[in-house]
Amino acid sequence: MSGETGVNALTDIDESKARKLSAGEALPAPAIVAGEGSRTVRAGFIPLVDAAVLIAAAEFGFAQKEGITLDLVKDTSWANVRDRLAFRQFDVAHMLSPMPVAAMLGLGSNPSPTITPFSLGRGGNAITLSTRLYAEMQEEGDLAASDNALANAKALAAVIRRARVAGSPPLKLGVTYPFSSHNYEFRYWLAAGGIDPDRDVRLVVVPPPMTSDALAAGAIDGFCVGAPWNMVASERGVGRIVATKQDIWPSAPEKVIGMRPDWADANPETVSRLLVALDAAARWCDAAENRSALAEVLAEQRYVAAPADILRRVLAGEFTIDPEGNRRIVDDYFVFHAGFANYPRPNHALWIYSQMVRWGQVALSAKGLEASVSAYRPDLYRRALGRSAPSAEIDIALEGAVPGDRFMDGHVFHPERIREYIDAFPVKATGRPHTSLDDM
Amino acid sequence: MSHRDLTILVIDENAIRASIIEEGLREAGHGNVTVIHEVHGVARIIETLQPDVIVIDIENPNRDMMEHLFQLTRTVGRPIAMFVDRSDTASIEAAVEAGVSAYVIDGLKKERVKPILDMAVSRFNAFSRLQRELADAKSALEERKLVERAKGILMKMRGLSEEEAFTLLRQTAMNEKKKISEIAQSVVTAAGLLIR
Repeated sequence: MSGETGVNALTDIDESKARKLSAGEALPAPAIVAGEGSRTVRAGFIPLVDAAVLIAAAEFGFAQKEGITLDLVKDTSWANVRDRLAFRQFDVAHMLSPMPVAAMLGLGSNPSPTITPFSLGRGGNAITLSTRLYAEMQEEGDLAASDNALANAKALAAVIRRARVAGSPPLKLGVTYPFSSHNYEFRYWLAAGGIDPDRDVRLVVVPPPMTSDALAAGAIDGFCVGAPWNMVASERGVGRIVATKQDIWPSAPEKVIGMRPDWADANPETVSRLLVALDAAARWCDAAENRSALAEVLAEQRYVAAPADILRRVLAGEFTIDPEGNRRIVDDYFVFHAGFANYPRPNHALWIYSQMVRWGQVALSAKGLEASVSAYRPDLYRRALGRSAPSAEIDIALEGAVPGDRFMDGHVFHPERIREYIDAFPVKATGRPHTSLDDM
Repeated sequence: MSHRDLTILVIDENAIRASIIEEGLREAGHGNVTVIHEVHGVARIIETLQPDVIVIDIENPNRDMMEHLFQLTRTVGRPIAMFVDRSDTASIEAAVEAGVSAYVIDGLKKERVKPILDMAVSRFNAFSRLQRELADAKSALEERKLVERAKGILMKMRGLSEEEAFTLLRQTAMNEKKKISEIAQSVVTAAGLLIR
C-alpha cells in the first residue's frame, strides 16, 4: 500500500480480502484498487431491457473477472436515480442519455455534475398509439400497405387537423421524463409529420410500466417508451406500434452509464475496470447465441419482470405490431456493442443539446455547448478500452449523412452549425409552450 | 418570509401513512398542510397552493411526472429535490431507507425545512413498523391455528392427550432445529396425504 490516496485505503475493504488481492493472479494492480477503497460498485437501474449490459456484467461474471462486485439496485423513477446518484447512494447508474447533459446544463430540479464514459447501446424505443387512434389514421390514407414511420406521422397530423375542426380536445401522448430520448424522439417524429408537439398535442409523463394500462384506460392516446412496453401494449391488443427508433434515427443515443465526476476522479482504476467489464458484457449481449440466456435473466422479478418470451422477441426485434398479430422484423432493434455503440460520442451530447434548444428547454450558447460536451467522456473510455475505441474523428462529425443512418426527415446534423440545423426545422418551439395544467 | 407559516403538500398513495405524517406536521405546529393521495390533477393543486415544501414517497414512480411539471410551469419557484439534508450522508441514507423524498423551494432556510423532513422520516418509519407488527401478528395467529390443527391430528391418530400432542410437536421441533409451526405444517400436510 504505497498510499494512493492515503486517507481511504482499506477503509471499506476487509483486510483478508485485500491480502488475497495482493497475492491474486487475476488482478494486475491490487494496490491501486485497494487504495481506492471498496471495489463494490453500487449501480442503480430502471427495469428496462436496455439495462441489459449492466445486468449481464453482474450476472454472467464479467464484473467479477475485473475484481468488481456490482451491487444492482432497482429503482422506480429517473428522478430517484438522478438524486440517489447525486447524493452518493449510487456510485454509477443506468441513465437516459440526456440526463448527464441536462445535469451539466443545470436543468431539472436537482442538477448535480454527472458524466458518462460509456453508452449502453442503441435502440429499444418505439412509438405506440391506441388502436382506436390508429383506426382513424387508416381512414385518412392507406397505411396498411406500409409501415412507413413518416407516412404514419402524416396520417396522425391529418387526424389531428380534423379533430381540431370538430373541436375535440387535444390528444395526450406519454413520454417518460422531460430529459429523455423518448421525449426528443416522439417530438422528432411528430414534428416530421407536421405536428407541433407543444401546441397540437399534450405531452405528459407516464412511468414506463404504466404505459399500456394508461393506454387501455384511455388516459393517454399514445406513448414513446423503451422495451418491452411497446410490445406489451400491442400484445394486449390496446396499441399499434407506428415507429421505432430505427425509423427516426438509427444511431440515436439511448441509455448511458452515469457517474459523478468526483467519483470518477477518485476511483480511476475502478472506472477502468468497470468499463472493461461492461465492454465484455456488451459484446456478449450482442451475440445472437446469448440472447436467450439474456432474456431468461432479464425476465426475473428483480430485473425487468416481464415474460421471457416477449423479451426474447424484443431482443430479436420481432415485433407484433398490432392486435391482429401482424409482424415486423426490425434489424438491429437492439445493438449493445457493434458499430462502437458503447463509445460516448461528444456528437451525441451536442445533438441532444440541439433538441433541448429546439424545444425551448434551454438557450443556445457557447457555454451551453461546452457544458453539453463535458457530459460525455470519451477520454475515460479510451483510457480503459483504448484498443477497441474508434478513431477520434467520429467525436465531432456529421450525423445522418450516410445511407442506413438517416434521420426520418432527411436532415443532416452538423455539430458546428447547430443554429442553422435548428433553424432548418419547420416545426420547433416558438416562445412559451402552451400547456394546460389540467392535463397533468 | 421566514415568519410566515410554511405551506406543505404531502403526496402519498398510502392514505394511512399520509394521515400519520399530516398529524405529525400539525402537532409540530404546521397549519398549512394539504394531503393528496393521487397525482392526478396535482398541477392545479400546486399552482393554487404554491407549496414551500412537497413531501413525496420515494417509491412513487410519478416523481418523473413532477419533474415534467416543474419543467413546464414555473409556478413553484425553483423546486430543489432533496432527501432531508443535502450534505449529511447519514440523514440522506435514513431518508432513502424510510422512503421519503421532497422538493423544497430554493432559498428556504435549512433550519426551517429540516425538522419537517426529519419528522416525515420518523413518521414513515413508524408506519413501516406498524405494518411489520401487523404482519407479525397475522402470521403468529396463522401459526397458532396450524399448531392447533396438528395437535388435533396427533390426538386422533395416536390417541394422545392435548398436552402430550403439544409436547411431541415441541420435542420434534427441537430435535430437528425447526420452528414448531413448521413441524405442525408437516403434520397437517402428511395427514392430508395419508388420510383419504
